[in-house]
Formats: sequence, C-alpha cells, structure tokens
Amino acid sequence: MTPRLNDVWVYLSATPLLGLTMTLVVYQGAFWVYKRANFHPLLNPVPIAVAVLVLILTLTDTPYQTYFDGAQFVHFLLGPATVALAIPLYPQLGKLRRFVMPVAGGLLVGGAVAAGTAALIAWGLGASKTTILSLVPKSVTAPIAMGISEKIGGLPSLTAVMCMVTGVTGVLAAKYILNFLKITDHGVRGFSVGVAAHGMGIARAFQVSEEAGAFAGVAMALTALVSSILFPLLLWLFTR
Amino acid sequence: MLGAVTILLVFQLVGEVLTHVFNLPVPGPVIGFALLLAALVYRGGATEELRSTAAGILQHFALLFVPACVGVMVHLSRLRDEWLPIVVSIVVSTILTIACTALAMTWLMRIGSKKEEA
Repeated sequence: MTPRLNDVWVYLSATPLLGLTMTLVVYQGAFWVYKRANFHPLLNPVPIAVAVLVLILTLTDTPYQTYFDGAQFVHFLLGPATVALAIPLYPQLGKLRRFVMPVAGGLLVGGAVAAGTAALIAWGLGASKTTILSLVPKSVTAPIAMGISEKIGGLPSLTAVMCMVTGVTGVLAAKYILNFLKITDHGVRGFSVGVAAHGMGIARAFQVSEEAGAFAGVAMALTALVSSILFPLLLWLFTR
Repeated sequence: MLGAVTILLVFQLVGEVLTHVFNLPVPGPVIGFALLLAALVYRGGATEELRSTAAGILQHFALLFVPACVGVMVHLSRLRDEWLPIVVSIVVSTILTIACTALAMTWLMRIGSKKEEA
C-alpha cells in the first residue's frame, strides 16, 4: 500500500462504517449468487458471506472486535426481528388450534431429540463441556439460541455457527428423510423441518407449499419459546 | 414504518426489563415476542403498517446472523480440535429430529382422527 492509501485504511478501519458496509455488500453479493443458482441449499448466503468476511478480516489482520464495532448495527436488529416473529404467527393460530395434540407432541419429541442426541453424541465423541453446551440449542432459531447458549454457559457466537450448520443440514436432508418415511401431509413435513432447522427450514418449506411454510413457522416459534424456558430450567435443576 | 419499529422496540424493551427484574431464564426478545403475540390476540390482528414492517425485517432475517457468525474466527482453534464431534453430532441429531418429529405427529394425528370417527 502507498503511504496515502495506508492513511485512508487506518482512518476507515477506526470507524464503524467499514464493518457495517462490508457486511451488507458481502451478504448481498452472496445472496445474488444464491438467487442465480435457483436457491440451491448448498449455496445458502449466510455461510458464504461469513467465509468471505472471515477471509477478508484475516488477510487484513483486522480483529473481530474492530469489525463488530460496525457490524453490531446489523446484529442489534436480531432483537426486534425476534419480536416481529409474532406477527406472521398470529394468522396461523386458528390452524394451530385444530392440531393441538400432534403439534404439542411433535414439539416435545422433536425438541428433546434435537437437544438430547446432539449433547449425547458430542459427549460420546469427547467434545468439551463448553462445546456441548453451545450445541444444545442448535435447533432453535439463532437469535434465541444465542440467548439460551449464554444463559446455560455456552458460547453464543459458537452457537450461531452451529445453528447455521444445522439449518443447512436440515434443508438438505429433509426431503429424503420424509419421503423415506412416507410422510405426505404438508403440515407435518413443514412442522418437522421447522423444529429441526428453524429459519432456514421455514424458507425451504415455503418453497414447497403455503401450508408447509406456515407449519414450519409455527414450529420455529414454539421451539424457540419452549426451549428458552425449558433448557435453562433443566440445566438449573441438574446443576444445583 | 417508524411507528411499527417503535412498537417492536418497546415490546423488546419491556421483555428485557422483565427478564432482568425477575431474573427470568428467557432472553428478553422472547418475552417481547410472547407479549406481542398476546397483544395481537387481544386486539384481533396486526395493522397493515406493522405487518409490512415485520415482513421487511424478516425478509432479511438471514443477514442478521452474519455478524455473530463471523465470530467463528475467534473459535477457529476450538473448531479445528473438535470438528468431528461437532459435525457428527449436528448431522445425526438433525436427521433424527426431523424423523422423530414427523413420526410422532403422524401417530398423534391418526389417534385424533380415530377418536373423531368413534
């Protein structure tokens, strides 16, 4: 870098503008690729944008904290966005009432299997305690999973990464598992993907049908609500 | 739009305050989400403004995870050491979750429809 350009870089990297702009530009670039590839699940824009940003920060020797000083403005929106999930859920309440038992049963079984098997497998393969605790809320939508992770002693940013991997896995595998089990009901298909793979599952379910998408949305919201109450309580019960 | 954003922030704020005052195990925004849902039930639905603002924010839901996920760079050494348990656990657990949820729901729906017939 010439001395003058270097001055500009030093100036820019000290303001939040760079981290914020970089996040928006890189994400939209990744989204453009995703759209061009007809929304192929393997090209999900989140992992791609994250990989590009990590690469840029590593190459320019920028610490995460400096980047986050700018990106926190995007991060902050997770709170209001979580609150906003109540709005698309409201019109589904009637549908939900008709299927109270299957929905409640699916939710409890799915939530228990998601957290239980993840913790058990990781523990069996020798993962550390922090890693296991960060894995437990992986099937909950990321903003809430991060909150849970913090409450139970995991690492919120590690949990965010695990949510992302879970979402991609669920979206890729759902069709094959459900077809293998001969599950034809779109409500059930959507709901089970929503319980396992939260937001990414919803996006995928809506591509299949309105009904599947609506049930996936209900599943994500209920999983979030129940998990955020139950997981910290369970941990508190076990560790006291 | 400004009014709708204000409503979302007020509900989040009330949620955060409740979480801290009563030392609840639930994150503030989740309380805000539950309160907003209760308010919608009480009022009989959201205004058009609130609905379009929510749709706007939720449309780019995925973007909001990016800054936190970039935090993975802080954990690269942990991931290098523990990638096998992490990947196996996530993949197997996600597949089992989808299968068990779908089977449980199908079973309960069958019981429900049998009751209706009887």
